[in-house]
Amino acid sequence: MVKSTKPVPDSMTPAPFRVTARRQDLADTFTIELEAADSPRGFAFRPGQFNMLYHFGVGEVPISISGDAGAGKLIHTIRDVGAVTHGLSTLKKGDMVGVRGPFGSAWPVDAAEGSDVVIVAGGIGLAPLRPAIQHVLDNRDRYGRFVILYGARSPKDVLYLPELQSWRGRLDTYVDVTVDHAESGWAGNVGVVTKLIERANFDATHAVAMLCGPEIMMRFTVAELTARGMDRGDIHVSMERNMKCAVGHCGHCQFGPKFVCKDGPVFPYGEIEALLKARGV
Amino acid sequence: MVKVEGLDKLLAEHPFFDGMNEDMRKTLSGCARNERFGPGEFVAHEGDPADRFYFVRAGAIALEFHVPGCNPIVLETLHGGEVFGWSWLVPPYAWTYDIRVLELTRLISLDGACLRKKLNKDHELGFELYSRFVPVMAKRLSSARLQLSDMYGRPCKKGE
Amino acid sequence: MTNPAKPKSSKPDAFVMDANRLDALIGALASSGHAVMGPRVADGAVILGPVAGAADLPLGVTDRQEPGRYRLKTVKKDPAYFDFAVGPHTWKKFLFPPREKLWSAERAAKGFAVREDGIDAARRDKLAFVGVRACELAAIAAQDRVLTGGEYRSETYALRREQTFIVAVNCRTSAATCFCASMNTGPGVGAGHDLALTELGGGKDHRFLVEVGSTRGEKVLMALNAKPAKPKDVAAARAAVAQAAKGQRKMPKSAPTVLAGATDSPRWADIAQRCLNCASCTQVCPTCFCNTVTDTTTLDGSGAERWRHWDSCFTLDFSYIHGGAIRGDGAHRYRQWMTHKLSHWFEQFGTSGCVGCGRCITWCPVGIDITLEARGFVKDAKGKRKG
Repeated sequence: MVKSTKPVPDSMTPAPFRVTARRQDLADTFTIELEAADSPRGFAFRPGQFNMLYHFGVGEVPISISGDAGAGKLIHTIRDVGAVTHGLSTLKKGDMVGVRGPFGSAWPVDAAEGSDVVIVAGGIGLAPLRPAIQHVLDNRDRYGRFVILYGARSPKDVLYLPELQSWRGRLDTYVDVTVDHAESGWAGNVGVVTKLIERANFDATHAVAMLCGPEIMMRFTVAELTARGMDRGDIHVSMERNMKCAVGHCGHCQFGPKFVCKDGPVFPYGEIEALLKARGV
Repeated sequence: MVKVEGLDKLLAEHPFFDGMNEDMRKTLSGCARNERFGPGEFVAHEGDPADRFYFVRAGAIALEFHVPGCNPIVLETLHGGEVFGWSWLVPPYAWTYDIRVLELTRLISLDGACLRKKLNKDHELGFELYSRFVPVMAKRLSSARLQLSDMYGRPCKKGE
Repeated sequence: MTNPAKPKSSKPDAFVMDANRLDALIGALASSGHAVMGPRVADGAVILGPVAGAADLPLGVTDRQEPGRYRLKTVKKDPAYFDFAVGPHTWKKFLFPPREKLWSAERAAKGFAVREDGIDAARRDKLAFVGVRACELAAIAAQDRVLTGGEYRSETYALRREQTFIVAVNCRTSAATCFCASMNTGPGVGAGHDLALTELGGGKDHRFLVEVGSTRGEKVLMALNAKPAKPKDVAAARAAVAQAAKGQRKMPKSAPTVLAGATDSPRWADIAQRCLNCASCTQVCPTCFCNTVTDTTTLDGSGAERWRHWDSCFTLDFSYIHGGAIRGDGAHRYRQWMTHKLSHWFEQFGTSGCVGCGRCITWCPVGIDITLEARGFVKDAKGKRKG
């Protein structure tokens, strides 16, 4: 092993970042923009990776990176569901956050070049896919047809609505949105997100799909995509498990023989199909 | 009214009839009617006699429940290529939802009473039709169950 | 991670010293700045802790171990220092402490400043282990791969590990719960030590065969005036170790593949009926590395600390994600532990996560025997193949 006579910072030590902007997206979901406190030197990451965000004295949570605001600014969209995420929800411009990362595997945006790209997102699952969407849009000529399908619980739970509308406004991108439950004021679709797949136009034999959402939603989406002729290896899913260290040391995120933190969170579906079917893994 | 031959052509364009032999389709088109609805119109109301069923050619409709004192609940929206209204198959032949039109919608409808007569005589046609209806119903049921799971909310409250 | 290998030379590798020179060995390690840890008796068990000299070691102590049972016995005739098998403690408690402060932070003008107390403490922790068994060397090697072998490493573990001097001991007795021979980890010491001892005789004719495993081991040995060993001493030592391998429990060879395919076995529910989910097996296991972190804050909110402590896959919290625990069922938790240990570990780290020390068998309050359970799964798999 490499001698550690001059120790590097331990893999568990967070770096201080400053909140440069905050936006409330939904009743329980907000977005913060971060910048390194010491040296705004940029933050390199690949779409699909995550950071561990530390709220002073409260604790740390894994949060997917949901965008790069340019000039090295990091964007995280967070749902307020626990003590730490609630703490993070109270942060204002100028407040500090600890960041460790980026960690984990990425969406196959390079391997997907030359293919149709199908994004299927559910709920807050759109957040980890946003960097992949941005990447495809920024390099639009490298990809075939681009399909973004998004399902949410109800109209008031639709994340990034203005952005969805602007993506939909492009002639080179197909965007379809549905909600599970709606009252009659909602002009959009009502029904499960899997129903959107039927109507979307893409070549299933030359497409790469990227899925993020609740596990049930991803399982049913895979069934729909494979029924349409997609190969399991071309379907990529982002998994969620308990994480404490993000570096493969704490054991919490084990998913069968996989560590979600370092082997995932993005997996080719074929690799984890059996694990997704088993209970309590 | 459009001629029967024209309706047969429209039926052939709808995915529900993919691969159906021409004779059967022609028999069915004998009970068919071309229809057009504007936004806000109702194709049917809950409890109405279900004497027709529908193929959406283009447009969008919503299956709704109305709840006194609240906005109606939209159960599902349907678009071009989809079908709705199988209550004509199931006694007492009454609609179970309101069918409200969301945008200019073109439909083909089949007369249920006319069809029931034909199916009683021609079981092969009955089998063919049922074979196409059952997968649609299965998919609709599966979608409804998935919606019920409230997967984006909190699917379970374990460990609290 | 291995200790620096000893360069080839014409100097002998094996030496012999009188048993009373153990004091000199411990003294030499202490005087070169090591905190010396070794086995000693406390609360009716052989535990691991600071030893000031040979007098602290459990001379004449032997043990009887069975599933769910552990008793010490003292022998009068030809007492030896190391004729007991592993006890409830493991060396991981020193290298990977049960509770460890990783860092502390103070609020500052620019947010907060982090002080890596964990690294500072680890740097001060210069340890020497006396009496590390073959299975335990294998366990340390397994933890090395987990905590330092990947893209990221635990700096506190790495620092402690490098500074630790290891005096291994070859086993010449096994407990009834040992199964190291079937895991290919013991009872003879292979690699990973600085010095390796084999006890010869006991009582009046009491000596140690000392073998060198590293250059720093060689340096320490030089101070002990040990004499080169005679071939018959080496032969006697090897024979004693070979004897220890006999009569051990056995882990079936096919356990890794059989368990990988046993996800849906009803046997998990059967084990879960007996398992208390007490996490005892994970606490005594020398390879279990699962841990969690706790973040705390001072009352006035100006300071914060992060502590890492051992965790166990047998707790409900372990797999909690918002909404609930993934492994809410005891059967799922036992399956996670056993399958990870015996099967998934190969895919993750290239070796077994079980070293055959038998602690989980002895210290299970209801006596669940991992080798017996593994045999059950193997039997089921064979039955299935026959159809």
